[in-house]
Amino acid sequence: MHDVYSFVTGPLAWAAFLLFIGGSLFKLGWMLHLVAKKERFIFTYMSWRYSFRSILHWIMPFATTNWKLHPVLTIVTFAFHLCLLATPLFLLSHIILWDEAWNIRWWAFPDALADVMTVVVILSCLFFLIRRVQQPEVRFVTSTSDFIILAIVAMPFITGFIAYHQWFNYKVSFILHILSGEVMLAAIPFTRLSHMILSPFTRAYMGSEFGGVRHAKDW
Amino acid sequence: MSEPVKQEGAQALDEGIEAGISGLTTEQIASVINEVIDNETGARLKTYVDTCVHCGLCSEACHFYLSHEKDPHYSPVGKVKQTLWEMLRKKGRVGPAFIKNAAIIAHTECNLCKRCAQYCPFGIDIAYLMLVVRRIIHKLGVTPLYIQDTAHSHSVTMNQMWVKGDEWPDTLQWQEEEAQTEIPTLRIPLDKEGADIMYSVIAPEPKFQAQLIYQMAVIMDVAGVNWTMPATLGWDNSDMAMYTGDNEIMGRLKRTHYETAQRLRVKRIVMGECGHAFRSVYDMGNRWLGWKMPPIPMVHAIDFYHELLSQGRIKIKQKYPEPVTLHDPCNVVRGGGLGEKLREVAHAMCETVVEMHPNREHNYCCSAGGGVINCGPPFKMTRVNGNRVKAEQLFAAKTRGAKTLITPCHNCHSGLHDIVEHFGIGLEIKFISDILYEIIEKPEAT
Ligand code: SF4
Ligand code: SF4
Repeated sequence: MHDVYSFVTGPLAWAAFLLFIGGSLFKLGWMLHLVAKKERFIFTYMSWRYSFRSILHWIMPFATTNWKLHPVLTIVTFAFHLCLLATPLFLLSHIILWDEAWNIRWWAFPDALADVMTVVVILSCLFFLIRRVQQPEVRFVTSTSDFIILAIVAMPFITGFIAYHQWFNYKVSFILHILSGEVMLAAIPFTRLSHMILSPFTRAYMGSEFGGVRHAKDW
Repeated sequence: MSEPVKQEGAQALDEGIEAGISGLTTEQIASVINEVIDNETGARLKTYVDTCVHCGLCSEACHFYLSHEKDPHYSPVGKVKQTLWEMLRKKGRVGPAFIKNAAIIAHTECNLCKRCAQYCPFGIDIAYLMLVVRRIIHKLGVTPLYIQDTAHSHSVTMNQMWVKGDEWPDTLQWQEEEAQTEIPTLRIPLDKEGADIMYSVIAPEPKFQAQLIYQMAVIMDVAGVNWTMPATLGWDNSDMAMYTGDNEIMGRLKRTHYETAQRLRVKRIVMGECGHAFRSVYDMGNRWLGWKMPPIPMVHAIDFYHELLSQGRIKIKQKYPEPVTLHDPCNVVRGGGLGEKLREVAHAMCETVVEMHPNREHNYCCSAGGGVINCGPPFKMTRVNGNRVKAEQLFAAKTRGAKTLITPCHNCHSGLHDIVEHFGIGLEIKFISDILYEIIEKPEAT
């Protein structure tokens, strides 16, 4: 068991971070390379002002027509994304790991808060799952990969929650937690989770088109 | 997972599509698809496909989806799934039946109105993706018959309606003579070098709606504008090639249009009340030619009327008494930001303006745009039934008193006409110039 532990926290962790960072950089670089090679005009249309105008509207709950049309989904989406990003970053036990390995530390959430946020992520995933199966317009465009991606995102939180509350064999759930976290990190650049990296650019481009050329709101 | 069945009437039969697919093999199809994807698309296509999280949030933007009781086949992303995703997944190896279905979806079930780009959280441009599909359809020779005929007309005559060389000046002369019975000194200056304005129209005007040229001539005359219309090719600003994915012809058309204005050394181009032509001149054709913005200042009729009214160059004798409602054409309002000016013009002209909802850049498309109406009679009911929400919108405006429907776009006119008729709404549809012509102060006939 100890060997497995050192493997997932050692070489595997390195691999996951490398894949995540390297993959993301590659993805971004490839996109910019394609723009430069084939759609150079995109650079000429980009505008900082309209890019941020668009991004800001869309990262604010209820600031766009479509967010207002779907109040429940909007609340769940924003709560989900916030908790998904913040919980792993500000979890005390994660910070302790950073401190041990690199001697860096920062402010942490109280454990009770992190616990609630974890539950928010898990319930949101459940909500997305139900929505995917229930809503005809979502089901129609769903493929197996959508369920896999949802599972990839939910797993680190489910296993983390179980490990924290020590419901089962702590060691096993702990290792599963680390493993699933690594899978998620590594999967970001190579699956539709890459919307995390790419969506600011698609939004910025549409914002620039609507602001600078079409003189209309894109929200 | 079992797929729901698509709601539709009897499948329309289009001779162009049928003839097009009859000789196709999977190999040919694959080589064309891959050629277009590899050589003609880049970061946008790839990023849009990679980023889409299959959330379906774009659905409610689309009038086709809303009008078909939320049948997912008609949602924006649903249309991408049935066309492009499948082409990419199979690396182009799809059969003729698939191509037929893709041609019908991309050409007749999407107006390229870009409303969905305002609803997708990532701003994924599904209209662009549908244009890529149309480009593939074009290269496979499967474009629907009627719109392909229009593209042929563009290619042969440089106008949309097979207007022959002498028909054009003849029509202008005829309208000039007609208008001279009202204003004896009126001229339609032909090919006048150094005029301030070149006025360009779409070919259906000389062909079927010459009174629109008459009305504009009167407005120009009353306002004392130094204007001209070209005697040569380049007078037609329309462009169906843009909608068939025939970008090469689109480029030829727009180059001719702009070069004609340059030859006449005009200060700017004013174009008639047309939406798709504005898109071609302002958004797509110019970009294909490498011009970020039009190389000569170019304004849409709404802008021009707004200018004439606000500068007092035309004066309203008596406001139009009947309550009107406005339909915002996608290409000039979502595509050109002219929504406010349209309202200011309407309020200046009319006693009462009843707003439709949603409006301005959120307005529903007329369902004729994007070349859909140009696919002709086989698909008339596709667009009429695909826009029940528009009928509801119109009906609500009528209930609140509107009697006249103003829309400054040819396609919107024809599309809304069919909707008004089919659903028995009973609204009179007018261009801005129909009303302006009636209500402005004119010199008394002697
Ligand atoms: S018709 Fe308009 S809203 Fe519907 S898919 Fe096409 S561009 Fe999007
Ligand atoms: S809203 Fe955007 S991300 Fe969601 S399914 Fe539609 S295109 Fe894809």
